[in-house]
Amino acid sequence: MTDNQKLIDPDYDYDRAELRKKLGAVDELPGSAKPNPILTVDSITRRFGGIAAVDVDHLEVQKGSITALIGPNGAGKTTFFNLLTGFDIPDKPQGGAAKPRWEFQGRSLVSTSAYKVARTGMVRTFQLTKALSAMTVMDNMLLGSQQQTGELLSRSAIWPIWRGKEKVIRAQAEELLDRFKLLEKKDDYAGSLSGGQRKLLEMARALMSNPAMIMLDEPMAGVNPALTQSLLGHIQNLRDTGTTVLFVEHDMHMVRFISDWVVVMAEGKLVAEGRPGNVMQNQAVIDAYLGSHHDQDLGDDAVLNEDFDTAIAEEDVELAKAEEAVEAYAESVREKEGDGD
Amino acid sequence: MDIGFYFTNLFTDFGSTILSVITASYVIAAIGLNIHFGFTGLLNIGQAGFMLIGAYGFAITVRFTQNFWLGVVVALVGAVLFALALGLPTLKLRGDYLAIVTIAAAEIVRLIGDNQLLAPFTGGTFGIPGSAFSKPFAALSPLPQIGLFQIGPYNYPFTEGDSWWLRIVAWSLVAVCIAISFLLVRSPWGRVLRGIREDEDAVRSLGKNVTVYKTQSLVIGGLFGAVAGIVNVLATSVSADAMGRTLTFELYTCLLLGGAATVFGPLLGTFLYWLVLVFLRDSIGFWVPSSVLSQQQIPQVTWIVVGIGLMLLVIFRPQGILGNKKELAFGD
Amino acid sequence: MLHSTRRRGRIIAAAIVVVAGALGILSAESASAASPITSGTSCVADEASGCLQGKVIDDNRNPVPGAKITVTSPSGASGSAKTAKNGSFFFKVSEAGAYTVELDAASLPEGVTPKTSTLTVTVELSNITPAGFALNGHVKGSVNSGPAAVPYYQLVWQQFSQGLLLGLLLALAAIGLSLIYGTTGLSNFAHSEQITLGGFLAYVFAVQLGINIIVSAILVIALTALSGYLQDKLIWGPLRKRGLGLTQLMVVTIGLSLALEYVFQLLFGANVYPVATNLELNTGPLDITPTAYWSMLVSVIVLALVGFALIFTRLGRATRAVADNRALAAASGIDVERVIRIVWIVSTGLAGLSGVLYALVNGGVYWLTGAQLLLLVFAAVTLGGIGTAFGALIGSLIIGVVANMSTLFIPQDLKYATGLVILIVVLLVRPQGILGRKERVG
Repeated sequence: MTDNQKLIDPDYDYDRAELRKKLGAVDELPGSAKPNPILTVDSITRRFGGIAAVDVDHLEVQKGSITALIGPNGAGKTTFFNLLTGFDIPDKPQGGAAKPRWEFQGRSLVSTSAYKVARTGMVRTFQLTKALSAMTVMDNMLLGSQQQTGELLSRSAIWPIWRGKEKVIRAQAEELLDRFKLLEKKDDYAGSLSGGQRKLLEMARALMSNPAMIMLDEPMAGVNPALTQSLLGHIQNLRDTGTTVLFVEHDMHMVRFISDWVVVMAEGKLVAEGRPGNVMQNQAVIDAYLGSHHDQDLGDDAVLNEDFDTAIAEEDVELAKAEEAVEAYAESVREKEGDGD
Repeated sequence: MDIGFYFTNLFTDFGSTILSVITASYVIAAIGLNIHFGFTGLLNIGQAGFMLIGAYGFAITVRFTQNFWLGVVVALVGAVLFALALGLPTLKLRGDYLAIVTIAAAEIVRLIGDNQLLAPFTGGTFGIPGSAFSKPFAALSPLPQIGLFQIGPYNYPFTEGDSWWLRIVAWSLVAVCIAISFLLVRSPWGRVLRGIREDEDAVRSLGKNVTVYKTQSLVIGGLFGAVAGIVNVLATSVSADAMGRTLTFELYTCLLLGGAATVFGPLLGTFLYWLVLVFLRDSIGFWVPSSVLSQQQIPQVTWIVVGIGLMLLVIFRPQGILGNKKELAFGD
Repeated sequence: MLHSTRRRGRIIAAAIVVVAGALGILSAESASAASPITSGTSCVADEASGCLQGKVIDDNRNPVPGAKITVTSPSGASGSAKTAKNGSFFFKVSEAGAYTVELDAASLPEGVTPKTSTLTVTVELSNITPAGFALNGHVKGSVNSGPAAVPYYQLVWQQFSQGLLLGLLLALAAIGLSLIYGTTGLSNFAHSEQITLGGFLAYVFAVQLGINIIVSAILVIALTALSGYLQDKLIWGPLRKRGLGLTQLMVVTIGLSLALEYVFQLLFGANVYPVATNLELNTGPLDITPTAYWSMLVSVIVLALVGFALIFTRLGRATRAVADNRALAAASGIDVERVIRIVWIVSTGLAGLSGVLYALVNGGVYWLTGAQLLLLVFAAVTLGGIGTAFGALIGSLIIGVVANMSTLFIPQDLKYATGLVILIVVLLVRPQGILGRKERVG
């Protein structure tokens, strides 16, 4: 594999129509099997003080797809991401329950530290953007590469060893920055970028290692509408050039627009899976999302526009519930402390 | 009162401070601290402990074997082991843990060094006199073994003790250390460190083994500390109490004054720090009548000024003189 | 060199020497400066003088009174005195350097002879130099009171008692440190100076002004609490508003700590200032002095009150809410800044009380009293679980007891090192501390 492009993978559906056709034959049920999964997850749970943040029995992600992971606030989407990428550790199974197991490209990632997960080709971004603001945009990009042996202490002080590689990586970074319209900013500190530009930078940085799969945690949050369109383009372009995409998103319009498959989480569990058009009409999803009194298609723009205020109000209720839960949890911890536990 | 005398005295003291081996040892130790704190964001408040480990490792080995190079090797190996002992339990944890463990470990080293239990090796409270370990170093000198040499007002021995030979070696080491730190921090390795300083999870998500980098940083910075410890005691003697936590605080003041995360910050900061100290000491001694402040109280007043100076520096100019505010070393 | 001027008034522990400073029988009286050597029943060193003192004991470790001691200064001046009832002698000298200390064998009672009759010691100004004599044989009728006579279990019990006491005193300081950390995220290195301040204020009120010790203690708590209020109002509050990072704030506390230590040294010199002299051994279940009993009782009551307040009062719940999640607490209508200010007031007051009690049971206070304790306090907080008030209590007791018990195996002056070693070991095994919540690591 060269630095700048992937080899053609015969197993990858570069043709999107072909991919969608394959997915069309898949049962639209939570945990359904996919014809060519790149990622399979089994029995993964994570509890925070009695509340199960994640409790997923089975999930497969189709290679070459853009899969959206949606769900209301507090559904456990980000925790799920953290578990898969080694940033959090699943609970040990209790009382005969199955051990957590997840495989990426046939390789088990159980008890694999976060940096090793990234090295297997599964790279993630964060909900709260982690652009390194005190470094330049270019330095951010160069950090994303996994090819620079000058990062080894033993070679670092002898610059002739790594200088050649640095040029290659820099060229790759410039090409990506150009694609993400950030090339002019390459010598600016990342801290001076707008929120949306930071999201782009984080995505571009993750792509420096040519990952087989990229996991985007709310790529659209805080991005201004002018940038949204190009971001959508980038994501589809990624898929077309051989990177499977799994992303968490709130914006239903976007989910419907670009994803091949949608997975819905609520209260830590998978409640539905399916093609975007169908899943939005699934009663379980509507119930999970907006409460049972809603009966409209979530993907319908009218809902998003007209019922926006309602949705916001609903979210506030959810937020308040989450806060209550946190407070109750805090109280329980303190009580235990009080008992001298 | 003779104002001419005051100025002559002040500038003579400035010069001797800039030439001083102790100043050089501060610069080297601050370079190490810069790798830890400035570039990696590791809050090591036990740099004096690394110096003490280096000093004891060197002085005890040379005292018993009279082999200079063996002493240096023992000092460096000691610093590596010390760094690993501190790093392994803490580098996977939040930054506060490293801070508490480093300051505690430095204090343990000091207490053990002070203790009578190991007095046959460490000399206990009295420490190890320079004469016990400085001869093999003097033997390496190309300068005459005995006699004094005067340049202007500065009259030091050629080779013995706090000598010209030691000054040449110490300041050459400063140059070497600056060069090494320059090469390291400007390399891709240094880039990873800077990334870790800001957000280690981000760097982890890019496939870098953050714990290994932090351990390497702690070891490298600690090695600079050990070298500084050797240089320091060659000019004086080994005394555990001279390398307590106040010394670490002084090093932070030097580093922050010059500018953390800059290559020349430690050098500039240490010069300024010592010049200010000398200025205060000379000026208070000259201008303030001894009925107000006795001779013994002058150091106390300068320490108070250092403490307040450190506070003001961190509040109002945390990037120091050379630093870039956008690249502030303070993580949060 | 400036840094070498910061030498501590350390005491070398030779088995035969009992240093008066540690016993706390020093008094603040000063001898006339005219004579280069003066003897007395106590000695306080200052910039212009040093103390040369020791004890004469027989091989049963009993004091020998009435022995004649003569000291000779480097310049040839000499002075002599007879040992007091407790076998001790004190000389205040105004000249630094090598002294000879001579024990007149003829002045000894029957049955004892000196092992050595002349010692040479180096006296530093502002410092205490020990010079004790052990004798062969014992005074007729004296019983063996040396360590061999004390059953081992009693020694263990004694160290356990002392450890409990130290633990409680640490806890007073540790809970405050932990509360400040919990509510603001700040590791306050200047907390040690609050302890020292408490000790010095106790000395000023109880000894210099002769105020009743209980009234003094209350005044000290009020004043140290006021210092906390002023600190938060003038320094920490504004700095929080300014948006200073936690690391920056921590370095600010280091600067403050350094400045305050030397303010104390400037004001009080390097001497140990006694706050109480009551040190007779007691026959209660714990092998400690009455003062120590009272100190323990006070600590337990105050700690219980703090614990009660944290669990059951509105303010206590608010404090825990702020510690748990500051933003959430603010959103639910808690005045976070007010809570933090109260936490500062309470924490510094507790540290002040800790200083008073520490000075009482350890014979005095000096400019580095707090600095010596600070690392143990940090160790206690970390051990218990950073940011949990009850963890700080448990951590303190463990550190106190283990540090003291360790003196059964290792030299007395390494006991603080033991406390720190425990810290490092615990971090290896259970990084979140005893009561800390497990966080994701690595």
